[in-house]
Amino acid sequence: MSFIPGQPVTAVVERVEIKKLFQGGNLILGFSIGGGIDQDPGQNPYSEDKSDKGIYVTRISPGGPADEAGLKMGDKIMQVNGWDMTMVTHDQARKKLTKKNESVVRLLVTRRSLEDAVKQSKGGYAQQ
Amino acid sequence: MDNESTYSGYSYKSSHSRVSRKHRRDRNRSKSRDSSVRGDKSVTIQAPGEPLLDAESTRGDDRDDNWGETTTVVTGTSVDSVSNEDLTRVSKDLDESLPLECRRYLAPALGGALGLLSLLTPLAFLALPPLLWREQLEPCGTPCEGLYISLAFKLLILLMSTWALFLRPPRATLPRFFVFRCLLLALVFLFVASYWLFYGVRVLEPKEADYRGIVGYAASLVDALLFIQYLALVLLEVRQLQPAFGLKVVRTTDGASRFYNVGHLSIQRAAVWLLDQYYTDFPVYNPALLNLPKSILTKKMSAFKVYTLGEENNTNNSTGQSRAMIAAAARRRDNSHNEYYYEEAEVERRVRKRKARLVVAVEEAFTHIKRHQDDESTTSSPKHPREVMDPREAAQAIFAPMARAMQKYLRATRQQSYHSMESIINHLQFCVTHNMTPKAFLERYLGPGPTLQYLDNSRGRQWTLVSEEPVTASLRQGQVFSLKRMDFSLVVTVTALPFLRLGEEFVDPKSHKFVMKLQSETSV
Repeated sequence: MSFIPGQPVTAVVERVEIKKLFQGGNLILGFSIGGGIDQDPGQNPYSEDKSDKGIYVTRISPGGPADEAGLKMGDKIMQVNGWDMTMVTHDQARKKLTKKNESVVRLLVTRRSLEDAVKQSKGGYAQQ
Repeated sequence: MDNESTYSGYSYKSSHSRVSRKHRRDRNRSKSRDSSVRGDKSVTIQAPGEPLLDAESTRGDDRDDNWGETTTVVTGTSVDSVSNEDLTRVSKDLDESLPLECRRYLAPALGGALGLLSLLTPLAFLALPPLLWREQLEPCGTPCEGLYISLAFKLLILLMSTWALFLRPPRATLPRFFVFRCLLLALVFLFVASYWLFYGVRVLEPKEADYRGIVGYAASLVDALLFIQYLALVLLEVRQLQPAFGLKVVRTTDGASRFYNVGHLSIQRAAVWLLDQYYTDFPVYNPALLNLPKSILTKKMSAFKVYTLGEENNTNNSTGQSRAMIAAAARRRDNSHNEYYYEEAEVERRVRKRKARLVVAVEEAFTHIKRHQDDESTTSSPKHPREVMDPREAAQAIFAPMARAMQKYLRATRQQSYHSMESIINHLQFCVTHNMTPKAFLERYLGPGPTLQYLDNSRGRQWTLVSEEPVTASLRQGQVFSLKRMDFSLVVTVTALPFLRLGEEFVDPKSHKFVMKLQSETSV
């Protein structure tokens, strides 16, 4: 998931659709995010490239909407409802996820296992 | 008029004649100022002719006490006697400022005589043998020449340093001897006397022939004198330079205070040094600023008066009554701080308003004149020839529009006694000459300046040093002494400066590194 500055980012993404749950007076999604361009990327335990300042999923509350939708811990969120998440501050990311007038968020997330799976299938293809 | 010396303390105070006693006492007071001579020899002057209420309210019981004790001094009843009023006025004038008298030249004169003696002694040592027994002297060659030159040079240095250290008239007369100076003069005298003694016994009597030895003897005297000069320099000038004590000076009347650092000095020398600083650092003492607004105090005291009439003095006072009185007084006192606050706010507002008016008036006045350049004379129109004025006339011309605003402002800040119209015009002339802006002109009036600004230097100032220890003692931790003048005094407390233990810590310039510590996790 490394990127070369100035070049378009390519990644294998998975589409995850999470329905917001009304709980405790708020609409919640059931996970926690970390990262952002204003944060320290070196402390991110999930990124491979320690200069990656993207938004990562740090915690999933079990049984919550995110868990049911298939979001995994350590996922990097690339887009939320069409908004880019690779070059945003932490607060901007939070705002895009917690809009009150949206009941569903559609995320594009990427993870290492996806890349590996694609590589494997490609390699297997080549082998075959 | 009854003879007042029969009064003593409270015994005469009876409730019914309070009012009549007030009248009587005030009439007496207007004839003779009540001068109470207390044990520590300070004279207090009480202003005459104050309104009745004020006399009672601001100093009610104090005055009663003194009046009872000291009526033996008051003899203002007869017309012929010199009333105390005159006496105190005379003494006040005397105390206020002294003509510079000759006593301050006594010490330098003594020092000068001794210095002259000690300077002439080596020359006498050298001159006497050739005069008295020239034939028997052995001639002395080049070593003597060298000694002559060095002798001359050292005598010149001695002359200059003696003048600098001992002969300049001091700016202050101290109550006791200046110990170090006396010591040094005694030392010099001792030296010179003993050298003369030896000279007389060993040289004059046997008519010593070794001239080189005599020259060496004179040179050694000059060396010894030089070393004494060095000692004098250290004791008189250098020793006090390194700070060792912190002095806190508080003025008793309005609480203005400062801290100073001094070195090792005796109390009297420290007092002199302190007074030098006082004249430049402390704002001038303005007695008019001290009293609480009368409206507040009279209300408070009049409440007291109603309840304490005659009760206080009556020994069989019922405690319940006094307690009720105290409670009533306490309740009544609750409001006075409120009034004080509002009164102060009101006064401040008034002062600020007048200050604003003054500033505007002065700024406008300054726009009326400008400096005349010599090359402008041809361009000014012939119809309105501008009259060229010197600074004094210019100052008088622009003083008129601002005079009223200035007077009202000075009255509001109670400075009117310090600035006469003449002095204001002088200052204006000074500012105009030096191209000052209105703000620079006003800085003198907007705040109370140091006392030095208001002195006239032709007369000296009398201060009294009050101390429990002898004033030639060195300063020590915890000493307290005070410097008194007529209407206020400065209380000085001495504290030793702390011992400083300075440590070292080396910081590698490459060790300044930073990390971002923002790492937030938000749950959505």
